[in-house]
Amino acid sequence: MFGYLLKRLIQMTLVLWVVSVIVFLMMSFTGDPVFMVVPIDATDAEIAQARRILGLDQSLLVQYWRFISSLVQGDFGNSYVFRQPAMTLILERLPATVEMVLVAMALALAVAIPLGVYAGANPESRISRTIMAGSLLGISLPGFWVGMVLIFLFAVHWGFFPSSGRGDTAEFFGLRISLLTADGWHHIILPAVTLSLATMAILLRMTRAGMMEVGRQDFMKFARAKGATRRDVLYKHGLKNALIPVITIFGLQLGDLIAFATITETIFSWPGMGKLLIDSIYRADRPVIVVYLMLVALIFVIINFLVDIVYTLIDPRITLK
Amino acid sequence: MADTAQPKLLEVRNLRTYFHTFAGTVKAVNGVSFDIASGEVMGLVGESGGGKSVVGFSILGLIDSPGKIEGGQILLDGEDLVKAGETRLREIRGRDISMVFQDPMTSLNPLHSVGRQMDEVLRLHSELDAKARHTACVEMLESVGISRAEERLKAYPHQFSGGMRQRVVIAIALLARPRLIIADEPTTALDVTIQSQILKLMRRQIAEKGASMILVTHDLAVVSEMADHITVLYCGNVVERGRTRELIEAPAHPYTRGLIDSIPDLSNRHERLQQIPGTVPDIRNLPKGCNFRDRCPRAQALCAEVEPILTAQRGSLSAACHFPLSPGETA
Amino acid sequence: MTAFFQSEFFFNYRRSSSAMIGSALMAFFALAVLVGPFVVSQNPYDIAALNLMDSYKPPVWLDGGDAQFWLGTDGQGRDVWASILYGARISLFIGLVAMVASCAIGTLLGLIAGFYGGLVDSIIMRVADIQLSFPSILIALFLMSAVGTGVDKVLIALTAVGWVVYARTVRGSTLSEIEKEYVQAAKVAGLPNAKIIRKHVLPNVLTPLIVIATIQVGTFVLIEASLSFLGVGVPITQPSLGLLIKNGFDVLFSGLWWTSVFPGVAIMMLVFGINLFGDFLRDELNPRLK
Repeated sequence: MFGYLLKRLIQMTLVLWVVSVIVFLMMSFTGDPVFMVVPIDATDAEIAQARRILGLDQSLLVQYWRFISSLVQGDFGNSYVFRQPAMTLILERLPATVEMVLVAMALALAVAIPLGVYAGANPESRISRTIMAGSLLGISLPGFWVGMVLIFLFAVHWGFFPSSGRGDTAEFFGLRISLLTADGWHHIILPAVTLSLATMAILLRMTRAGMMEVGRQDFMKFARAKGATRRDVLYKHGLKNALIPVITIFGLQLGDLIAFATITETIFSWPGMGKLLIDSIYRADRPVIVVYLMLVALIFVIINFLVDIVYTLIDPRITLK
Repeated sequence: MADTAQPKLLEVRNLRTYFHTFAGTVKAVNGVSFDIASGEVMGLVGESGGGKSVVGFSILGLIDSPGKIEGGQILLDGEDLVKAGETRLREIRGRDISMVFQDPMTSLNPLHSVGRQMDEVLRLHSELDAKARHTACVEMLESVGISRAEERLKAYPHQFSGGMRQRVVIAIALLARPRLIIADEPTTALDVTIQSQILKLMRRQIAEKGASMILVTHDLAVVSEMADHITVLYCGNVVERGRTRELIEAPAHPYTRGLIDSIPDLSNRHERLQQIPGTVPDIRNLPKGCNFRDRCPRAQALCAEVEPILTAQRGSLSAACHFPLSPGETA
Repeated sequence: MTAFFQSEFFFNYRRSSSAMIGSALMAFFALAVLVGPFVVSQNPYDIAALNLMDSYKPPVWLDGGDAQFWLGTDGQGRDVWASILYGARISLFIGLVAMVASCAIGTLLGLIAGFYGGLVDSIIMRVADIQLSFPSILIALFLMSAVGTGVDKVLIALTAVGWVVYARTVRGSTLSEIEKEYVQAAKVAGLPNAKIIRKHVLPNVLTPLIVIATIQVGTFVLIEASLSFLGVGVPITQPSLGLLIKNGFDVLFSGLWWTSVFPGVAIMMLVFGINLFGDFLRDELNPRLK
């Protein structure tokens, strides 16, 4: 167990290191950030001065060394635009993104699993065919467009929900959470629904495929031969087995939600880190982009690790090695 | 069997189970009748694809689409299971009638511990509390020959060998003290050395618990050791039945003869093994007359015209054949 | 050809309504991008053809609609229908070219990794692993933010995220293929590696790629639309369907919904058609699921 943890830790560090190299290289080859920090009428001397302060006059290797050593020390530099530590900016907006992603995931699971089990258990029924066509439509829709249509219908046209922003939040251990206020829920529903659709469709299709595969197994019939109810056979015996392939993609789906949150946040003006990323891309605010990417990489690596742990908890045949 | 005075536990009357596939209707079971008294073991024998497993699943009401029971009666103590609803069938499954599947590697849920899978039966069919159920599981596991039962209950199926898993499956089948056990090729997937152990175990357990058993198999050697009666199926029909000894020593139907002759006989190892010529006809499109006639050495013109019906022959035997064999006669 | 019409594949195709609908949608878009520009009355990017008097006309079935512009017009008096036909050309062009490039590069890398193994295999597959643990959209977004907008740059970004799936699939089937006796025999007979790969390995690893490639075109159309919607995709001079939606989004709050809703419907129909057909192909070409 200890050996496994150590191995995973080394693996995770290695992945993060590779990401840092790629991020650094891409950033170095594109644009000149010096013009982000100097005034428009700056003299050549001022530009050179700024360049020296930013370390842009050094060789790539030296620059990378400075980059990685400040990363390791937790110093991610200041945003060119906000003149504040980039890490602080991102962390301020992290809770908003996390809560939207979690609500979207909960929504996706709540819809996808029962419908997926039903469609897998009754593959020939008309309802199942409708569910499957709907899920295929779900992965064929541009998410941002769905958000737009929802805004138009529910916010602009009928006025049921607000079209943008996060609404009231409440403090919880120093974090600003909108799920603790009714107004927060009112605001989160449209963006969370928009974000969840694609993931919902994919999880549904995976659950169905898993159930169909499991449905052919002898142990399902054996469970029925014991006298178990159809519900118990499907949910207690079938679903757990069917979920194994679903769990393997669960981490990736969570990652997708975080990635697509950038778009959803942009449409709904949701003040999360995804919107900050897009704004920073427009403004070439390099430190913020770097922090976002490194933080998201860290989150993905941790999610994948947790998924592997959950996997072993569900499947006794798999042990941590 | 009409001569047995014991009350009938299970009577199957003219059972027909069809599968409606795109390629046509498969009449997997087409008018099968037999009965079993309490404490009896009946062998249900036939080639692969002969509809034997379907009989077992029909009795438990476990026929899935595109299959359907089209007609007939399955009387358990006089109650017709074909007409019983799903709720009633669930009470019967596992409690009155239980089943042992062919492949122990796939009949246990890989994600549940053995204890949980055993406990499930008792939770469904008994009023026992958790502690009493646990004790019952331990005892049952020990009685099927699994040592250290207490700790084995916590283990998962993949930690057991094939033979051990089949013991677990048998333990599950026996747990609620059913009156009838349907064993579908219970030893086919096992090593030869394990096979006889498992068969002995089943015979002993059934005798101890006073249960009846339908032993579904393609292996006449197995049933001849285990069964009181044998029913031989061919293309979804009963072609012969009777007491085991009489049927094995002098069958009346040429098909049964063929099955017996294809058993390797160790005492006579130089003799060439017999086989039944030809293959089972396309069950979607059965010919007129006797289904076996194309493979039968005794077939005559009549066999192509008229389908033979099951009629009493000598002793306990009944056979569906226009030209049954006499004792000592080869096919 | 007659063999094809009598095949089981064609028989199943005729019986599958989703395959029929999917290919009908695909055929519609193929036709639209090929002849569309010749059948619409207006070239939406010819400034001379636009008339500001025609701006923000609603679809023809609403009050103020104009029969000349049945899906309405945008702020410059551009016909939405004509914009969609021109936009679908760009979207589909990007999807197809990026798919072909991904497929070519991914297959090549997969063959190399599977056939030669060793260090080169480890490097290619580790890169693929790391890349696969990140969402495509994020990688593409990051690349686009670094290299700037443009059709060529979108193609590069999509290819950079798209090759992995081919490389992994091809590597897997190459590994199982070179174990087979006829390949071993060819090796023993001294055939050059390039020839063994081309004649024996390649033809046997291609079938699973058909499904991946089909579905990927749809995925690419969606990713490109997302990038363009965020303003880091195609330039304003070559508006894809995604960019049309973005432009329409800016006036959505004024109730001018048609300039953004219809291009979205077009993307949905295009991708839905591709996915329907791709699903059918997967069922047909993957015997395990039958």
